[in-house]
Amino acid sequence: MSQLFEYAPAPESRSIVDVAPSYGLFVDGEFVDGSGESMKTVNPATEEVLSEIAVGTEADVDRAVKAARRAFTRVWGPMRPADRGKYLFRIARILQERAREFAVLESLDNGKPIRESRDVDVPLAAAHFFYHAGWADKLGHAGLGPDPRPHGVAGQVIPWNFPLLMLAWKVAPALATGNTVVLKPAETTPLTALLFAEVCRQADLPPGVVNIVTGAGDTGRAVVEHEDVDKVAFTGSTEVGRSIARAVAGTRKVLTLELGGKAANIVFDDAPIDQAVEGIVRGIFFNQGHVCCAGSRLLVQESVHDEVIASLQRRIGSLRVGDPLDKNTDIGAINSADQLARIRELSDIGEAEGAHRWQPACELPDRGFWFPPTVFTDVSPAHRIARDEVFGPVLSVLTFRTPDEAVAKANNTTYGLSAGIWTEKGSRILAIADRLRAGVVWANTFNQFDPTSPFGGYKQSGYGREGGRHGLAAYLKESS
Amino acid sequence: MTHVLDPGTLEAGTRPAPGSGAPFDDVTRSDAALRAFLHGLPGVDQVGAEQRAATLGTRSIKTTAKAWAIDTAISMVDLTTLEGADTPGKVRSLAAKARRPDPADPTAPAVAAVCVYGDLAGVAVEALEGSGVHVAAVATAFPSSRASREVKLADVRDAVGNGADEIDMVIDRGAFLSGRYLEVFEEIVAVRQECGDAHLKVILETGELFTYDNARRASWLAMLAGADFVKTSTGKISPAATLPVCLVMLEAVRDFRAATGRQVGVKPAGGIRTTKDAVKHLVLVNETVGADWLSPDWFRFGASSLLNDLLLQRQKLRTGHYSGPDHVSID
Repeated sequence: MSQLFEYAPAPESRSIVDVAPSYGLFVDGEFVDGSGESMKTVNPATEEVLSEIAVGTEADVDRAVKAARRAFTRVWGPMRPADRGKYLFRIARILQERAREFAVLESLDNGKPIRESRDVDVPLAAAHFFYHAGWADKLGHAGLGPDPRPHGVAGQVIPWNFPLLMLAWKVAPALATGNTVVLKPAETTPLTALLFAEVCRQADLPPGVVNIVTGAGDTGRAVVEHEDVDKVAFTGSTEVGRSIARAVAGTRKVLTLELGGKAANIVFDDAPIDQAVEGIVRGIFFNQGHVCCAGSRLLVQESVHDEVIASLQRRIGSLRVGDPLDKNTDIGAINSADQLARIRELSDIGEAEGAHRWQPACELPDRGFWFPPTVFTDVSPAHRIARDEVFGPVLSVLTFRTPDEAVAKANNTTYGLSAGIWTEKGSRILAIADRLRAGVVWANTFNQFDPTSPFGGYKQSGYGREGGRHGLAAYLKESS
Repeated sequence: MTHVLDPGTLEAGTRPAPGSGAPFDDVTRSDAALRAFLHGLPGVDQVGAEQRAATLGTRSIKTTAKAWAIDTAISMVDLTTLEGADTPGKVRSLAAKARRPDPADPTAPAVAAVCVYGDLAGVAVEALEGSGVHVAAVATAFPSSRASREVKLADVRDAVGNGADEIDMVIDRGAFLSGRYLEVFEEIVAVRQECGDAHLKVILETGELFTYDNARRASWLAMLAGADFVKTSTGKISPAATLPVCLVMLEAVRDFRAATGRQVGVKPAGGIRTTKDAVKHLVLVNETVGADWLSPDWFRFGASSLLNDLLLQRQKLRTGHYSGPDHVSID
């Protein structure tokens, strides 16, 4: 925007992290070699190979599940709940102490700006452990009967968009409720999970309570389909979620799925426009749009459409795209070449279908995976960019004239994870929120997360809730 | 809504006299019209505004950017003394510092203005002659604005007569808060006429307006009445300047220029004491209204102790080590 006040580069130092040339699996409290192949994890901002990661085989997963079972029956299950809580508090504190290390590593491996990993991912991950630590000895008050019991071994598969945070969302409630864990981090972002394994050791967590098996789709399938897993939790694409539901159907396993979304961010003409524009930006460009609950469909009331779009474009022009480790970067790198290809494909389809593409003038680095912040106007509800989850920094703008039309368009999606409402009128917030079929509805804000607040979807966005009291239910058997 | 009016309606940079056919002239034809207009401005969501300001506050400004920011901030300072105990000697000392803030380093820029009470404006004018540093005088029964219209105008007349080329007036918060917007408007118009060629800064005293909605409405009211600058505070009330309030006022001047073509400056005053605070404000300007406002003509800091911290940080950047309070002059 301005050439007068150029911010000098302000990179966060990489020296705080120590990435090993290769990593094995974390099973039964030890780092062990995998029995299969290995894969590379790269820095998406530079395509530099960061490390070689073991690809867990069925045999590896079996060892991990056995270790988790042993830990569940001998140590973690029988342990006094207050003592389990102590371990969780300890993990939370270590996450805070090593926050910078986690933030830098997360940005290196994922491509997200350090400002977000530092101010959002890592503090929230620690908050989830603190929150659930408090629950550990109070489960009788969770509304699930006087003495709810854990399921046993939880098999958990998490995505690449918030590697550490999604780990925390999964591991913290599982441990607090007395389950043990076999976790499979995403193929492209295993490093912070492996650093978390180190934290488990540092916290003296009994061996086998947390096991981390890296790998790709096959490894995840082995975790989900292992017959001694009692509880499956998955966050990721609707497509994979569907196949997991099929695999789990007919077994005794309990399943929660947190899948895709195509959230409507509804801006009424009486909205606080400047803050609404901030919320639109936060809704779709936070974490490069790699957010399942991203506000990817902007529904703006026709009478303020031009004004909102002009403000939005001006604001997007001030976004700083580039080096994820620079403390002033707002938008980092797309996580992988595959994801970049998908974003490009859907954007091209959007243009071909007749929507109007707008992108600010911005220079993208030569190497790495990059996509500029993008706004499509003149989008019709029938266009694919209004229906498919892009999972990238691409906003589709639709208009509406009446509240009824806003609700109808907002609900016209196969997903139902989140939605946003922008208006200065309190009664309208309540009335509209009531009619939106979305698990989370934000009013005059967007993409705000808190461990006390349950999160989850309707329809093809999945089932089950994570966080809050509701989230505990997924990891407990109700007692009578 | 205000944002969508054609920016070409007025020639850029002109200072419209009320009644000259400016696009918003009709909104001041009655109290009811003015109220409807001000209350029709988009609201400000407090949480969102504060969050935005806090996020911008995390920008990391280092090395060359910091050096530029410090020098720019120094050149934007309205070096201020507004004490009952002010004397001609104090004002002359301040003027000397304004001309050459760092006695040991002639490359440090001069400040924008010296800001004093009206009776001492003459002393400041004399001491600053030929320096290019402006003389600002507070007026209209500063800081409370509790006096009759005649007294306030006489106050302005006196300050202008003493040679002040910038007048920092205070609005009547009592009238504003009780909804007598037209009265506030007419008073600013009258003061502006009294100012002649002197630039008019209108102090909103946002700490007494309490809400960001009020800060936005008062900014528009002042701009409609012909303010050259909108200024947050007198410095006598806490809270004085805060980042979110400055953000809201910057949004107002940005929207006002888009709607009328006329650019209005912003002056946060009071409570900005450190280089870090000043740099955060410059980031706010940069990312809210852009480079057009990054000059002393359009952005000022009303401050006294800020200057010394800027100078210390400037010395640190140049020498690589911190000195101490004895290496900058006391006022």
